[in-house]
Amino acid sequence: MPVIDLATTPLRELNSALHNIQNGSNDLSFEVVNPRGSHSVAVGIDAPVTVDVKGSVGYYCAGMNDGGSVTVHGSAGPGVAENMMSGTVVIEGDASQYAGATGRGGLLVIKGNAASRCGISMKGIDIVVHGNIGHMSAFMGQSGHLVVLGDAGDALGDSLYEAKLFVRGSVKSLGADCIEKELRPEHLTKLAELLEKAGVTEVRPEEFKRYGSARKLYNFNIDNADAY
Amino acid sequence: MSYHNPYTPPRKSATFDDYTLAEIRRAAATGIYDIRGAGTKRKVPHFDDLLFLGASISRYPLEGYREKCDTSVVLGARFAKKPIHLKTPITIAGMSFGALSGNAKEALGRGATIAGTSTTTGDGGMTDEERGHSQTLVYQYLPSRYGMNPKDLRRADAIEVVVGQGAKPGGGGMLLGQKISDRVANMRNLPKGIDQRSACRHPDWTGPDDLEIKILELREITDWEKPIYVKVGGARPYYDTALAVKAGADVVVLDGMQGGTAATQDVFIENVGMPTLACIRPAVQALQDLGMHRKVQLIISGGIRSGADVAKALALGADAVAIGTAALVAIGDNDPHWEEEYQKLGTTAGAYDDWHEGKDPAGITTQDPELMKRLDPIAAGRRLANYLKVMTLEAQTIARACGKNHLHNLEPEDLCALTMEAAAMAQIPLAGTNWYPGKGGY
Repeated sequence: MPVIDLATTPLRELNSALHNIQNGSNDLSFEVVNPRGSHSVAVGIDAPVTVDVKGSVGYYCAGMNDGGSVTVHGSAGPGVAENMMSGTVVIEGDASQYAGATGRGGLLVIKGNAASRCGISMKGIDIVVHGNIGHMSAFMGQSGHLVVLGDAGDALGDSLYEAKLFVRGSVKSLGADCIEKELRPEHLTKLAELLEKAGVTEVRPEEFKRYGSARKLYNFNIDNADAY
Repeated sequence: MSYHNPYTPPRKSATFDDYTLAEIRRAAATGIYDIRGAGTKRKVPHFDDLLFLGASISRYPLEGYREKCDTSVVLGARFAKKPIHLKTPITIAGMSFGALSGNAKEALGRGATIAGTSTTTGDGGMTDEERGHSQTLVYQYLPSRYGMNPKDLRRADAIEVVVGQGAKPGGGGMLLGQKISDRVANMRNLPKGIDQRSACRHPDWTGPDDLEIKILELREITDWEKPIYVKVGGARPYYDTALAVKAGADVVVLDGMQGGTAATQDVFIENVGMPTLACIRPAVQALQDLGMHRKVQLIISGGIRSGADVAKALALGADAVAIGTAALVAIGDNDPHWEEEYQKLGTTAGAYDDWHEGKDPAGITTQDPELMKRLDPIAAGRRLANYLKVMTLEAQTIARACGKNHLHNLEPEDLCALTMEAAAMAQIPLAGTNWYPGKGGY
């Protein structure tokens, strides 16, 4: 297994190696040591590689991941797994702002807390946060699922489109056009699937509340102007 | 002798003119602001207010049909492994599939390719047709991130991080429900028929320090191959240019308020942003102050219509220009051929700007399958190529007259200004003087 020490190896070499996986290669598992808060660690992966980052990372770790499995054995800075297409990203610690921003697919698991704007403009990604999330999370969320085992901050789901939000704890406030919705059987099934994938045990889907779009702001109506 | 009051004609207010009165009535009747496409329609100081001096005893010209005047430009050589090489400094600005029909995007790609220049995606992602018909394609990275994916990022020739545009600095995209067809909805991952009011800020960065990190990420994802442009609306050109350079941009794209949009509020288009003419010198000054002029390229857009405009922008220090509205006109937008239909829509050829409604008789700003068919992408691409070639020839004609063997050798010294306003904005002496406002010495 290649071990890349970012204390001595330029970031460019790491990402270039991840982008140049040859068909049939046996070196599909990478270990990254001494990340020391580096930005853009393991970005643009487009092959089924496994990357274990031993430490905390800066901005945009695993950005645009397409098929890789990235685990950060530490915390992640802003924009972790931004615009992920597919694959899995696991953060053992906390995540900063914009976790999973605009993600289109794959699964992002944050075992600690996530800061503000978690899942902003999400477009199909599934995000499971074991702890709490900050304000303005899932802002303009288009599709995908955001599952929060803890609490959500202010203005959850503001200007939400079709993303589905599940929160087990309290929600400080809901954003414009976001409402609590019925938790139907298909949602319980999906929740159970996501919890299992995220390694969550001893938590039942029935413990969550579902939030989604009231769809009142989908087409501009002057009578709704106060909502903006 | 009886006294009769002499006739005094009715006097209309300059402040409350007919258009203003009509707008007040329209607002009162509908309860909503006017939304439209294109750029500002108000008259602002522009390239028309500058003239070239031409050669004289102290400057000798080049022969028009004999001596070479180079028009090529290289964009993005600062950091990118694969900079962009263009035959002409006139590029096609970003316009989205969604705002424009697939045929229109294809026509832009075809025309640009024939002319040896680049075209640009927009707020809606990259289509296969567009990629296939564009030899050099710039992929916009916008706040909405509609259609953004790493495969398209890698098959682009350059990446343009869009911070703002001249028609609406500080505003996001707007694509109303009537243009959201199945294909557009699918590319943008949104339900069909809803209004798409794109975000005005990027979702995962704010400010120049974050932008630097974002640019690093894009470079890492694309293995440092692609030039990275940063596009800003004409608002604070000195600082925006300096900050874009500091953040690591290879190219700065600066769009003045005459630059068009697919749709936004009329009040925004007409009242926010600076004229293109006022943007260029501060941006060039920022590049010069940083020692980066000609190392980081400056692309100017917003109201470029002719080779004269191109030459003037370049003389003021730009490396290239981009055209949007003019390119649409070249492929058939607002063509009098469709006058009868424009009349039915309550407008006239040359004034049609309800691009957001999707009813464009010319088949350009629409997703209606029947209207789209009206635009032949091959013929329209040919028209655009002709237009680009004419503009290039015009710019060469002027450059030769000024004794320049490359368009980039044009310089402010080749110009004079017709008005005080233009003189001040462009820092070009008023014709017949050696002075412009702000220079001192009067």
